Amino acid sequence: MSQAAVIEARNLDLTFETGDGSIQALRDVTLEIGKGEFVSFIGPSGCGKTTFLRVVAGLETPTGGEVRVNGTSPDEARRDRAYGYVFQEAGLYPWRTIAGNVRLPLEIMGYSRSEMADRVNRVLELVELSGFENKHPWQLSGGMQQRASIARALAFDADILLMDEPFGALDEIVRDHLNEQLLRLWDHTGKTIGFVTHSIPEAVYLSTRVVVMSPRPGRITDIIDNPLPRERPLDIRDTPEFLEIAQRIRKGLRAGHSYGD
Amino acid sequence: MTLVFPAFVLWMAAWWLNTRIAGSSLASSYAGRVAVPVVFGLTVLAIWELVVRGLDVSQVILPAPTVIAETLADETGTLWIDFRQTALKGAISGYVIGCLAAFSVALAIDRSPYLRRGLLPIGNFVAALPIVGIAPILVNWFGFDWQSKAAVVVVMVFFPILVNTVQGLADTAAMQRDLMRTYSASYWQTLLKLRLPAAMPFVFNGLKIATTLALIGAIVAEYFGSPTRGMGFRISTSVGTLELAMVWSEIAVTALAGTLFYGAVTLVERWVTFWHPSQR
Ligand SMILES: Nc1ncnc2c1ncn2[C@@H]1O[C@H](COP(=O)(O)OP(=O)(O)OP(=O)(O)O)[C@@H](O)[C@H]1O
Ligand SMILES: [Mg+2]
Repeated sequence: MSQAAVIEARNLDLTFETGDGSIQALRDVTLEIGKGEFVSFIGPSGCGKTTFLRVVAGLETPTGGEVRVNGTSPDEARRDRAYGYVFQEAGLYPWRTIAGNVRLPLEIMGYSRSEMADRVNRVLELVELSGFENKHPWQLSGGMQQRASIARALAFDADILLMDEPFGALDEIVRDHLNEQLLRLWDHTGKTIGFVTHSIPEAVYLSTRVVVMSPRPGRITDIIDNPLPRERPLDIRDTPEFLEIAQRIRKGLRAGHSYGD
Repeated sequence: MTLVFPAFVLWMAAWWLNTRIAGSSLASSYAGRVAVPVVFGLTVLAIWELVVRGLDVSQVILPAPTVIAETLADETGTLWIDFRQTALKGAISGYVIGCLAAFSVALAIDRSPYLRRGLLPIGNFVAALPIVGIAPILVNWFGFDWQSKAAVVVVMVFFPILVNTVQGLADTAAMQRDLMRTYSASYWQTLLKLRLPAAMPFVFNGLKIATTLALIGAIVAEYFGSPTRGMGFRISTSVGTLELAMVWSEIAVTALAGTLFYGAVTLVERWVTFWHPSQR
């Protein structure tokens, strides 16, 4: 694995000015994510996970420090369409069908008709929504909508994937299945993935590294390397190695909490 | 006097019938939903007829429905000529021009904050002008024929469409806009693929309000000068000659035209905004 940094954050600060005072959403965040890494972000609600992902995506401007994506500014990376972003909520456009929603980025980026049809079919199959192409979002369950939004982010095949709790709304079984699918996709394509989750097992199962964060102010409290092999069957989650890493994350989360309040 | 008693009985009977329909399993069916207003409408007409005949009300005060119906049948030719002049030429052409103009200005306002600050207050100002004030001026400018009526209609429908479209274009969720930014979509792409579709429920709100305004504007404008045809012209002259049945016939035509116009726009709305929670 080459280790050229794809995402680099150095002493990142971000303070939101609101009506009743300012909120420090990120403080002194320094992190480097290499090409082909799968990095999970875990931490209690409000610790700045979404904010960090948005800064990387160029949707939020940091008030201090520096971010580079592919060696350029996040804004330039955004204009180069360097990443696919899965938002915390599905946010499908209700006037478009499922296929139409997945086609949206492809239309904007000017793909040919046949190329669009191919890609839409491929990614809908990947998230197991084949057969729902012509349904409208409100005719699907929340979990299905979320899967459609994942398909939408995968459709244009960017090298970086930023995913904000993509599986939060799914039931355990679908979640397991999509975890496997995502791991396989990552293994095949060598994409760099930033992944926010609230689930410790999910973080351990998927990532090469787990970033533990804590709130007020949002900051990184621990970064845990995951020594598990790339090839991960689902039952790896019952091995002692797996449980040990999970244990470390849980401890990190607890420590962050106790002096956060 | 004798007919007033049957009117009262009829009213009670119809009331009873409608309560029965509304309370029965028919209520939610299509037939039930049509039956209740139809029964109600027919009852009102019947009581109107009975009361007018029973109390010998003068034709000048209120003609009976049958007399109005007779006039409607006898004067179809005149009514059609008036309808073409006022509704088709004046109201519809003014409506189309006004809607297109307001929509274009809304897009321009959206593109430029300078225009937003300049044009919205002017639109507000124009909307506050009383129609009886501007109609004579526009008749002066554009002549007696339908063009001046269309101009009045343009002024009347412009503002509601403008305000609704501007508001609709702002009605997108932050996340929906962020999504477009992650694709690095251009202004026009965002407009066409996100903001215009999202604005449609608002735009149609404006379009529906404007249907009524268009008819009112075209009719009232004829009071300030018109050729010897048109619904407003006919109403004002017939009132002068005490031909009240003719006045009521024109009113009936106006009501029917207004309902159809509104209904047509509602149908298009249902087709365009099928995805909106209020439609599905
Ligand atoms: N646009 C904003 N304006 C003001 N404050 C904000 C804004 N966005 C986020 N915040 C604040 O920044 C902090 C971090 O928010 P963020 O959404 O990044 O948390 P999170 O870790 O993603 O939480 P969750 O797990 O609940 O999604 C919170 O205190 C939040 O209130
Ligand atoms: Mg979040």
